[in-house]
Amino acid sequence: MHNFDYHAPKTLDSALALLRDKEDGKIIAGGMTLLPTLKQRLAAPSDLVDLATLSELKGVRRDGDEIVIGAMTTHADVAANADVQSLIPGLAHLASVIGDPAVRHRGTIGGSVANADPAADYPAAVVALNATIVTNKREIAGDDFFVSLFETALERDEIITSVRFPIPERAGYEKFRHPASGYAVVGVMVAKFGDKVRVGVTGAAGSAFRATDFEAALEKSFTPDVLLGIAVSPDDLLSDIHCTNEYRAHLVNVMARRAIAAA
Amino acid sequence: MKTKVTLTVNGQERSAEVEPRTLLVELLRDQLGLTGTHVGCDTTQCGCCVIHVDDKAVKSCTMLAVQAQGCNILTIEGLAAPDGTLHPMQEAFREHHGLQCGFCTPGMVMMGVDIARRLPGADEKTVREELHGNLCRCTGYQGIVEAILSVANPGAVKEHHHA
Repeated sequence: MHNFDYHAPKTLDSALALLRDKEDGKIIAGGMTLLPTLKQRLAAPSDLVDLATLSELKGVRRDGDEIVIGAMTTHADVAANADVQSLIPGLAHLASVIGDPAVRHRGTIGGSVANADPAADYPAAVVALNATIVTNKREIAGDDFFVSLFETALERDEIITSVRFPIPERAGYEKFRHPASGYAVVGVMVAKFGDKVRVGVTGAAGSAFRATDFEAALEKSFTPDVLLGIAVSPDDLLSDIHCTNEYRAHLVNVMARRAIAAA
Repeated sequence: MKTKVTLTVNGQERSAEVEPRTLLVELLRDQLGLTGTHVGCDTTQCGCCVIHVDDKAVKSCTMLAVQAQGCNILTIEGLAAPDGTLHPMQEAFREHHGLQCGFCTPGMVMMGVDIARRLPGADEKTVREELHGNLCRCTGYQGIVEAILSVANPGAVKEHHHA
């Protein structure tokens, strides 16, 4: 790991000032992706700005029809939160199957979403639940947030402060977990809001996306079997050491049906 | 540039000069001499380096020493009583043959304590799932799972033996 200067600012404003002033400053949230990346020297920031001391970025609360999760809330705290468990149990389940227990004690929702790993779990929920990403300067709709592989709509000096999840009528998340890494080879969240259905897919492509053909079918009948025979095109899906794009296309359908059954 | 980090380790306040890039496990092993915490993979996968930070199991190879400023750290060395009496989880690993070569054991025991505290009454399936981030290449996990179950949910072990 190359060396860097470390900062633990006491306010969001000082964190933003550090990001602006330092040559190549990067935010560290839980560090579950960043630290392994630094060890491999895939990144060599001049400065790390740690958000761990900003307590205002931690915690879960209900705000009307939404659950608001602070950016620095750990996966373990989301999974164990009583409001998340009772109002969006599919989201609590999603948080409970990220990585392993030790990773869930450090990893945060803000870090996961900002990193935009194509195989991360949270992006499926951001898309399926039409979450709002709240930053220090604006609110970004879930549909507009993920741009490409590890790329989001965030600007360089922008920090996620919370993620707002509308409470659905029903929602379920199921993933085909890579047995070694724990990442989603494919993960699907299905969410029902009245007569509207949204399906968010992660792991399958460069960034999370909505399976709109599935949504149309599920709005007619919210049952797993309605998806039998509806194929996702493998054309834009990932092919890598783990599996082919055709296999991923198949998994999207299987995981979607399991997610509906679990919802 | 080195900075000073002060933290509580196994009940004692300790401080050290570290580089920002120094990992918590490097501070513990190389500077504080606590070599019970092992480094197996250095990539957040194997769990040999699991310790408790503010009462939560974390992988100390994937946390910077400077991030532990002011934290309360518990390592395998701090688990037994001062008179040497083993912690119930350590005793359970001995009783149930939860180790062979012993390399993964410190992390397994620390994760076991964390599992038993978070999930009292956990069943065997849950314990196995919770060990997803702790790898053992000797035992096949049977003794490890039984040891953790015997503390978290003693009834489940009896059933298991008599099944």
